[in-house]
Amino acid sequence: MKIVEDTILYQEEIAKPGHLLCPGCPGGIVWRIVSKVLGKSSICVHSASCFGLPVMMYPSCLTIPTLYVSFASASAAISGVSSALKSLNNSGLMDEKVNLFVLAGDGGTADIGFASLSGAAERNEDFIYICVDNEAYMNTGIQRSSQTPTGTWTTSTPLGKVESKKDMPAIMAAHKIPYMATASVSYPQDMIDKITKARDLGKGFKYIHIHSPCPTGWRFPENISIEVGRLAVETGMFRLLEVENGGETVVTYKPKPRRPVEDYLAVQGRFGQLQDDEIAAIQENINTICSKLGF
Amino acid sequence: MDSEKKMLTGNSAAAYGVKLARVRVVPVYPITPQTTIIEKLIEFITDKEMKAEFIPIESEHSAMAAAVGAEATGVRAFTASSSQGIAYMHENLWVASGLRLPIVMVMVNRTMNPPIAGAPDLSDSLSQRDTGWIQIYVENAQEILDMVIQAYRIAEDKNVLLPVAICYEGMVISHFLEAVDIPDQALVDKFLPPYRPEHVVLDTKRPMHIFIASDDYLPEYRYQQEVAMENAKKVIENVDVEFKKLFNREYGGLLATYMMNDAEVVIVSMGNISNTVRMAVRELRKEGIRAGTVKLRVFRPFPKEAVCEALRDSKLVIVLDRAVSSGFGGIVYPELLTALSAVEPRPSVQNYILGLAGRQVTVANLSSLVKNSFAVYQDSGTGNPIQWIDVRGL
Repeated sequence: MKIVEDTILYQEEIAKPGHLLCPGCPGGIVWRIVSKVLGKSSICVHSASCFGLPVMMYPSCLTIPTLYVSFASASAAISGVSSALKSLNNSGLMDEKVNLFVLAGDGGTADIGFASLSGAAERNEDFIYICVDNEAYMNTGIQRSSQTPTGTWTTSTPLGKVESKKDMPAIMAAHKIPYMATASVSYPQDMIDKITKARDLGKGFKYIHIHSPCPTGWRFPENISIEVGRLAVETGMFRLLEVENGGETVVTYKPKPRRPVEDYLAVQGRFGQLQDDEIAAIQENINTICSKLGF
Repeated sequence: MDSEKKMLTGNSAAAYGVKLARVRVVPVYPITPQTTIIEKLIEFITDKEMKAEFIPIESEHSAMAAAVGAEATGVRAFTASSSQGIAYMHENLWVASGLRLPIVMVMVNRTMNPPIAGAPDLSDSLSQRDTGWIQIYVENAQEILDMVIQAYRIAEDKNVLLPVAICYEGMVISHFLEAVDIPDQALVDKFLPPYRPEHVVLDTKRPMHIFIASDDYLPEYRYQQEVAMENAKKVIENVDVEFKKLFNREYGGLLATYMMNDAEVVIVSMGNISNTVRMAVRELRKEGIRAGTVKLRVFRPFPKEAVCEALRDSKLVIVLDRAVSSGFGGIVYPELLTALSAVEPRPSVQNYILGLAGRQVTVANLSSLVKNSFAVYQDSGTGNPIQWIDVRGL
């Protein structure tokens, strides 16, 4: 029983049942785990995303204070919250350690919110930034983002996206922030460990990029979301990483042997138009990236 | 306790007001001519004269977002900007007012580009007319300092709870030195008690979701903002009266009137152009023209009732607009015209567009403008109501 007690499963639920995510969306798992690890003494700032919008439906399923702001502004607004708390603490008007976190989607993180994210990281603001990456603008009807992988069908890339996925983990690590990690909804203990580490690391900016398969936008049956997330990691399409203070990249899970990327692509309708040579190119790219990382 | 007299620029005066208001979070992004406000605030914070967190934020859009975050956490926030920077804040100005956060900002007026121009008109702040902010226009360094302090009291009034913008022309008011009386901190503390929000606050012991998603409640949100704007008219006047009791200075609340007793022809203006207008009025009086002037101190809420009361007995009202709503004419003009429709018989109203991007407005050209207008009015009572002054190619 020791193993079970060491997990967060016995702690109080901060995220209550009842949300408006699509059937099969693992975003609810992210809420549940993040809020359980960070606890009741937390404040969430969020902006437009699949994961944020249902939080603000009244009555909300999150039982901690939340502040919703304009799309590009989550990192800036939480910088204001952080400064205000610092000021209250310094003046003796408050004596509470509050865990601040942003919950944002990949578009709100890597595209429209990128300037404020980069600004907050450069200032080493004291909060945890959680990017829930479902690799497109799903809430508005599946449009490509900078996080959409090469070859992906979306409503704005009907022939498949030509460009590659912007490397957010590398970009955030290059800010030399205290902590950068990637996680997957399909590896909950790894995710719990990383959020816990971010929580306990002390002051400064922590970025966690969570891969979250989307049955609606990726075109797969809603009962295999976790399996799809696992295939992304097992094929090396998404890597579970950690970087502290811009230093060495640590791979927290190395799939051995790596499965062929076709296993991941074949279960999703969004890759249905890919030809053999395109799949081979994707495999080649993964091989290059993973060999650099040592697996 | 005594106040202290110092030679200050308008922007330094604003910074003193912010310090005296015990603002705790200051996210500001540099832009000319606002930047010297930040410089002064950083000096105060570095010298430990002011206990505040300065956020060297990455944009004006983010500056307003950070102010929203700070104010939602229950502390006073301040920011400032000019021209394109104010425009870049636009969507977050809506957030601040929609969430009923009593943020105070200074808008150091500079014309909207292009062409790139550094001199003032009111195009930047007036473009934000509909964002739900109270807008107060001031004309000298003392008024800036005093009104920053008054602004927090107005904004935080439980019948208001709306953000306030203090607006003044850049380069001219922002950078000229004037003698300014700096009030005593203890007296300011008496006038402006600490901000203790009950309506909107991020508190882990009393969790609330700030900014809900609701088509169903939006009309009620807007209506309540409108009620708050109406309430603000009385609060602005009362706060000015209260301010006088402690500091022996007053500004007139919604309007400042001059030589209005028997005025037939009245010039309506906003901002620092009003100073030149008063000089022109004196010149016109010497020539036997019964001139007077009304300065609109507050543009939002628009002081309809006060304006009607002040202009009831005038024959000709001349509205000076230092900004344009392209495709119509001046911006103050149609609002004043609408307000005056409640007056019977309605005075004739003439609109002049002048002073864009700092173009000089002199006593001489104001006097001749008034004389020409008055002559046309007495002759025919009509004429083109909207005219541009002193522009090439007219």
